[in-house]
Amino acid sequence: MTEARGQRSEIRGRAFVRSKFDFGSFFFGGATGLATLLILGILAVILGNIVIHGAPHMTWRFLTAGTEKDMFDVEKAGVLPMIVGTSARVILMTIFVIPVGVITAIYLTEYAHATSIFTRIIRGAVNNLAGVPSIVFGLFGLGFFISFVGGGMDTLFRPGSPEPHWSKPAILWASTTLAVMTLPVVIVATEESLRAIPPGLREASLALGATKLQTIVKIVLPQALPGIMTGAILAVSRAAGEVAPILFTGAAYYMASLPKSLADQFMDLGYHVFILSTQSPDIERTRPILYATVLALLLLTFALNLVAILVRAQMRKKLRLLH
Amino acid sequence: MPHRHPNSNRSVGWMGLKRGHHARPLEWLAEKGIFVVSLSAIVMVFLIFLFVAREAMPILLGRMNSAQKQELIPVEQLDKLTPEHLQKYLGLTPREFAAMDRETLKELMMVKIEADKEATKDKDAAINTTSWRYLLGAYQWSGYDQPEYIWQPVSQIQKYNFIPLIVGSLKTTLVALLFAVPLSLGAAIYVSQLANPRLREWLKPSIELLAGIPSVVLGFFALIVLATLLQKFFGYQSRLNSFTAGIALGLAIIPVVFSIAEDALTSVPRTYTAAALALGASKWQAASQIVLPAALPGVFAACVLGFGRAIGETMVVLMASGNASIMSWNIFDSARTFTATIAAELAETVFGGHHYRILFMLGAVLFVVTFLSNLAGDLVIHRLKAKMEGRK
Repeated sequence: MTEARGQRSEIRGRAFVRSKFDFGSFFFGGATGLATLLILGILAVILGNIVIHGAPHMTWRFLTAGTEKDMFDVEKAGVLPMIVGTSARVILMTIFVIPVGVITAIYLTEYAHATSIFTRIIRGAVNNLAGVPSIVFGLFGLGFFISFVGGGMDTLFRPGSPEPHWSKPAILWASTTLAVMTLPVVIVATEESLRAIPPGLREASLALGATKLQTIVKIVLPQALPGIMTGAILAVSRAAGEVAPILFTGAAYYMASLPKSLADQFMDLGYHVFILSTQSPDIERTRPILYATVLALLLLTFALNLVAILVRAQMRKKLRLLH
Repeated sequence: MPHRHPNSNRSVGWMGLKRGHHARPLEWLAEKGIFVVSLSAIVMVFLIFLFVAREAMPILLGRMNSAQKQELIPVEQLDKLTPEHLQKYLGLTPREFAAMDRETLKELMMVKIEADKEATKDKDAAINTTSWRYLLGAYQWSGYDQPEYIWQPVSQIQKYNFIPLIVGSLKTTLVALLFAVPLSLGAAIYVSQLANPRLREWLKPSIELLAGIPSVVLGFFALIVLATLLQKFFGYQSRLNSFTAGIALGLAIIPVVFSIAEDALTSVPRTYTAAALALGASKWQAASQIVLPAALPGVFAACVLGFGRAIGETMVVLMASGNASIMSWNIFDSARTFTATIAAELAETVFGGHHYRILFMLGAVLFVVTFLSNLAGDLVIHRLKAKMEGRK
């Protein structure tokens, strides 16, 4: 064993001898740099293409009109119902996901033993939840929320009613489905910010006679607020652009009016992009409004993402100073 | 203000010290509540599997029958049949069956016989296409010259062969990985090892911005811009195919593979690199011969997790792959994937019917595949991290 190891390091040792012109360094350094550049280039092309073609059509009228006259014409149609629908489902989702995600993160950082098998199972579940395909969340929403929970609510609260009230696609079920999907995002972000708080703060609070729960509520959570905000923003930006989970759980092709109750369906910005790009009778005529709608969606998700990245970078910098 | 019990010998509970909250029932309750809520992630993973698999169960157990032609029972035998047999014969749920009187049942049996007269004379009409033999094996359907794998759920005889979808999913995913893995690994090595720290601070978030582009936007970009561009460049026949979809899918998984690989490379202690540099290695030599081999499991995990993400991605393939369920390994042919099939077809199925259940079955398979690949990836990363931290 030791012999083999010695031999290996000898080979490596030889490889380290630098020639006058280090071709390997030059070539591979260049190749990896090029890969980085290519990724950034593609990103720039995608964003540039969308901004250049979309920006001229982002008028006030476009942002405040609906699609009742002509869905595919940029002169007549707008995106107000979709912006309202997407915002509403995302806000509802936040209400569901933040408490659950934050409490789970508190348990994981403040109570659980880091090495216990139980903690590992929770972490494994969180990781797996993050990797479940979005379309499977759609199936889950249909099978669990709509037919099981919704069906149960219908038999409980409206027995004998022939029309399904809760057991059909609705904004409520779309948001609960998305809440399940974004749970890992919130947990991970909150955990990170909880860990960033120096243990000294907690110890000081405990030394002053506060109980553990008091310490968490009055000392730890206020400190972790920026991190929780980051988690919420990331969850919102992830959910705002998701289409697959809401295909069967609430998104509508067309609605004459804005959703009025939790049991109504809604129009959605991302789903509308899908409709415009695949269902249009004349793609050339649809192109301007398509680009404008994509730009609106990107602005919504990207702006949020940018904020989250900046807040996180700031937090990490602070963390480095504290430790 | 917290009132201290004079005789309380409660130790301050933190980090493994003994806890004693029995003097504070409310706090005790709150902590139990926190514990219960923290189980939600486990419960959700469990429920997802349970409810997707529940709808797929009849297919899995072979209880579903899509045969259009059945042994017919003459109406006169109505009274001789057991209720269970009759209910199954008429294809009713127990609740529906209970609500019907004798006359209605008689009527239904007559309708059944009438329907059979008009049913297609196709010999395949008697086949239960949802049984395993037809889901996975090739079969020579009437009108075909040879046994073939066919997914055709809305034809006269519904054909549900999974093989074309598996091939479609795999070849699209393969293109995505071949495109995304070299690029993301190169970028990860450059950002973590070669770039100077100030540049690094800009590069990492910029590449991760790609993750902020919703998949429907990537799908749109592939459909409107990329498809035309790639077709002009390569000159193949069908504009939308698994090559176009794979490239766009690659864009969707680049941030995933990049982040994980970059993380793994960064987790290798700086002392390794420092030692190599001190021995006279160049920056690149240190990166390729010291850091990369040490982080290799993490790089592998990045690829596995990228695979899981790619095979589960829906909107990109739905919009850019052309969605024709052709049984072909050619990447320039149009392809239909698992995810796109579910997304495109579920809305038109009958609730609880065989097509509906088959689609849930696809979802269950997808869940299991991604679950396993995530599990494998996470295990590898966990071990690597433990090893690196132990050595520090």
